[in-house]
Amino acid sequence: MLEIDWFLGLSAIMFSIGIVGVLIRRNAVVIFMCVELMLNAVNLSLVSFSSFHGNIDGQILVFFALAVAAAEAVVGLAIIIAIFRNNLTVDVTEINLLRW
Amino acid sequence: MIVYLFILLAVLAIASALAMVINKNVVNSALFLVINMVSLAGIYLLLNAQFLAVIQILVYAGAIMVLFLFVIMLLNVEDEEKLFDKFRIKYFLAFVLGAAVVGQIFYSIAGVTNMLPEISSNMAEIGTVEAVGDVLFTKYLLPFEMTAILLTAAVVGALMVAQYKIKKG
Repeated sequence: MLEIDWFLGLSAIMFSIGIVGVLIRRNAVVIFMCVELMLNAVNLSLVSFSSFHGNIDGQILVFFALAVAAAEAVVGLAIIIAIFRNNLTVDVTEINLLRW
Repeated sequence: MIVYLFILLAVLAIASALAMVINKNVVNSALFLVINMVSLAGIYLLLNAQFLAVIQILVYAGAIMVLFLFVIMLLNVEDEEKLFDKFRIKYFLAFVLGAAVVGQIFYSIAGVTNMLPEISSNMAEIGTVEAVGDVLFTKYLLPFEMTAILLTAAVVGALMVAQYKIKKG
């Protein structure tokens, strides 16, 4: 039978892959997708806790996290488009206007 | 049976996440992320969260990933040719940090095991549309309405940000 540890372990591995992706990639769009991956990993642990406790509040929280993630994706991609229009690149190592 | 299904979906999710991170082509990365979302929706089904499984495919694999692909096609971003061509200390540090996070979370999971309550027999009915909607429109009605305001503000803000152009000079 499935234990909750398996789901939490999968969530931890996916979260760490997201962290490594944010650290090693240089394309801003891919970094953004890795952030979405980390959000999904946390959602998975919330759903598994909700299911194994028999309490539905965790799934409601995942619903709101999905709504906030959609809003975040829209605003973040708009910012990436604005950066691209002014710098003609989405490489985060070349976007250094605020770096001294 | 259900254990094998979980193992299949988990391997698919981890493999597609890894492929998303190490792939040089941005479009391929986005499509691997879609595979990851779909296998995650299957895992939600194993956890009896039917409503969230459908919402995951509709919102994430549908709407958000179409938005990502649209932006990728719009920006015409080139491949990262220099990814992994030579060993960098940055990659090593990133992998060490990722392994440290995995170890830390596994250690905490192992510390709090056997602390779950006894599950009632109606666990199978918890994630249906009726159960979620019943709680969402009574106990969590105010946050639900706030979500509408949040999404409207996000759309208006995204329009403003994407239209703005800095004058060069």
